[in-house]
Amino acid sequence: MCLGVPGKVLSISDDGMSAQVDFFGVQKELRLDIVDVPVVVGDYVLNHVGFAIRRIPPEEVGETLALFDQILKEAAADDLMAADVRGEMAAGRSAPGDDGSGRG
Amino acid sequence: MGSLFDELKFRDPERARALSEALRREVEAAGRTISLMHVCGSHEQAIARFGLRAAFPRGLDVIMGPGCPVCVTDTPEVDEAVALAAQGARLCTYGDMLRLPGTVKSLADVQSDGADVEVVYSVTQAVEIARARPGEQVVFFASGFETTAVATAAVLLAGVPENFSVLSSHKYVPAAMDVVSEMKETNIEGFIAAGHAATITGWGIFEPFAARTRTPVVVAGFEPLDVLAAVLELVRLVRARRPEVMNCYPRCVSREGNGPALEKLWKVFDVVAGNWRGIARVPRGNLELRPEWDHVNARRRFRIDTTAVGGASRNLLAEHCICGSIMSGLARPSDCPIFGKECRPDSPVGACMVSSEGSCKIWHVYGGPPDLKEVA
Repeated sequence: MCLGVPGKVLSISDDGMSAQVDFFGVQKELRLDIVDVPVVVGDYVLNHVGFAIRRIPPEEVGETLALFDQILKEAAADDLMAADVRGEMAAGRSAPGDDGSGRG
Repeated sequence: MGSLFDELKFRDPERARALSEALRREVEAAGRTISLMHVCGSHEQAIARFGLRAAFPRGLDVIMGPGCPVCVTDTPEVDEAVALAAQGARLCTYGDMLRLPGTVKSLADVQSDGADVEVVYSVTQAVEIARARPGEQVVFFASGFETTAVATAAVLLAGVPENFSVLSSHKYVPAAMDVVSEMKETNIEGFIAAGHAATITGWGIFEPFAARTRTPVVVAGFEPLDVLAAVLELVRLVRARRPEVMNCYPRCVSREGNGPALEKLWKVFDVVAGNWRGIARVPRGNLELRPEWDHVNARRRFRIDTTAVGGASRNLLAEHCICGSIMSGLARPSDCPIFGKECRPDSPVGACMVSSEGSCKIWHVYGGPPDLKEVA
């Protein structure tokens, strides 16, 4: 539960309180109440339990994504890090048509 | 999204070997065993998963301390949640909490008895459940360090329905380091601080600790090279007797941390003393709702009768459990007589075998002691 997961902001709600975010192909709605700086479409954010907790500086996005990319691609079914990452992804509100499992 | 494998400078084998070799030289030059502690389940996962202990030299011990907030949640706290569920409340909690043993029962046990217990991935899901069931009392049994507590704070500040309350078992990271540094039996010379918790608090929060205990602290990320580089820097600080804080995870952690999140956290929570399972009474260990939030605090709002679920433990195996010593850095999971035998992920006896951040579960899943392989 300590491991935030990075995703890309696709759109922001009219009231500015939430965002649609893409996590490795899975789309979720995240709350923006506690993000450190305002975010715009195209930014990457770190997600923890359904909340964006940090805007990732653009020059550091690649380095931040690499770990998660690998974990999700190669992980065995019982891999703890992969399970935690998927749990974090499932914490966002489901977009229409998503089954909510975060395993899209 | 395309593959990022061509960008993996954080997993470059050449750099890993160079770091490992530099680490070996530093520890050899020290001429003694150096013990370092990290306080984050995700760090133990990374160390075990990527086999990093094989890259650590002889004479270097990297131990997991009380870095699993679920594991240090005390039995009376679980008893409160179990009692509330048995009294008819709908209990929502994070998945790791479900099988955490109470004195007699876990939430999973009371769920099989017919109580309403639901696993959620986010506190916002618990609030939605409360909105959908206005006739029921919905209690969110909140666990996690301050990184997770800010989410609980944010939903309370945004407004919750009248039938929603919080049973806080949130813990405070700096206390985890305080409690270990005050134990005379341990000989920890440096701490690796959790990267994402520091995203919220900022690395500056560790400066008073480093100065007071004369112990260096390094903030680390979760890539294999993040961890190796942080361990190398920490060994250098130890050898130079420089009790400083170094940020080795600047892409996610700043000195000040996340200001808006901290403001929300301290509007809702206070740091209070609390018992940590198997360890000690920790003076600044727990995050409890401030008095102005009594109306959503399950402990203030309901009469929680734990007599039916408290009392003497019926679990004789629990007497053999050494989770407390493991989390204090005094023993390793493989030192426990019931590790992997009576205590397994499918039938956990101790708290460290329950959570994905517990060191026993991590060692069990990734094949036992992850440092069996010795580097010559």
